[in-house]
Amino acid sequence: MSSVCEDETIAMRRCRRGSAEAFEALVNRYMKDAYFIALGLVGNREDAMDLSQEAFVRAYRNIKHVKPDRRFFPWFYQILKNLCVSHLRKRRYRQAASLDGEDCPEVAAAADCFSPEAVAGRNEMKDKVWRAIAKLDDKHREVIILRHFQNMSYDQIAEALFCNKGTVTSRLYYARKKLEELLGTASGGCINDVS
Amino acid sequence: MTCHDYKDLMMGYLDDELSDEQRHRFEEHLAGCPECAGELQEFKRLKAITDEVTLAEPEDRIWQDYWGGVYNRIERGVGWILFSVAAILLMIYGGFRAIEEIIRDPNVELVFKLGLLALLAGLAILFVSVLRERIYFWKKDRYKDVRR
Repeated sequence: MSSVCEDETIAMRRCRRGSAEAFEALVNRYMKDAYFIALGLVGNREDAMDLSQEAFVRAYRNIKHVKPDRRFFPWFYQILKNLCVSHLRKRRYRQAASLDGEDCPEVAAAADCFSPEAVAGRNEMKDKVWRAIAKLDDKHREVIILRHFQNMSYDQIAEALFCNKGTVTSRLYYARKKLEELLGTASGGCINDVS
Repeated sequence: MTCHDYKDLMMGYLDDELSDEQRHRFEEHLAGCPECAGELQEFKRLKAITDEVTLAEPEDRIWQDYWGGVYNRIERGVGWILFSVAAILLMIYGGFRAIEEIIRDPNVELVFKLGLLALLAGLAILFVSVLRERIYFWKKDRYKDVRR
């Protein structure tokens, strides 16, 4: 693990001097994480691919401003997340504008753009869980994505979100409570229709 | 400690993130608190359901072309910057020469020349004012180095 960190530090140092080869190594290492996190945050494959690539471009342009002791991924994650949040905001605004005058709750509008094709080996249950995750607000969906889909530890999540572990556990608790509510799994219930 | 204080430990217990001491303390609490034990069972069921869901992996070709896509965007970004800078320089140069010709042309009325000069002076003042404001706020921005 330490050699991985050392490799990354060296790669970042080379990137700051303008090495595209060193940046390519970082991209190859983190492209899947970037894509799947973006997919979890924005809900469809085309946007996730576009946003993850754009995040790497912005990282390349700004990497010389990063403090030497910073690790790449937590810093990169902030860029990716900001792009995804900005994208979601624009999408909600466009949907609200196109449905001008109609009763359209913002959260439901965002969830509508979550494509079921994003889920592997689809079945009815998985589609319902995915729709429920889509209905979480951004900060709660984020911790679910990082924990369940990226399998990140609490320490890694806290580092990526610039918060402490207590905040991570608290957000996970409320995110899971909300998921239970949406899926109807609390009190021995089974999954209800969440659409 | 109240049940509410054990919520964080419950998440850690569920995700196997507790130290031996924390785990022991939480299990002791669970043994005497059916409410928290019930809540933990519900969370375990939810976790099992959520863990079933995985995201679809794109084709290998997508990953093979990924760096190419990023590199093309970086390259095009540089191209756009050069294009924009060159276009601005050419417009300034062309504008300067056009204005110079108008000012030197004896057939153009003095009022028009004065109006044109006033317009340019106004634009220059606006540009300097906006630039100075930007620099002032950038220097005062306490968060400019945050999260770098």
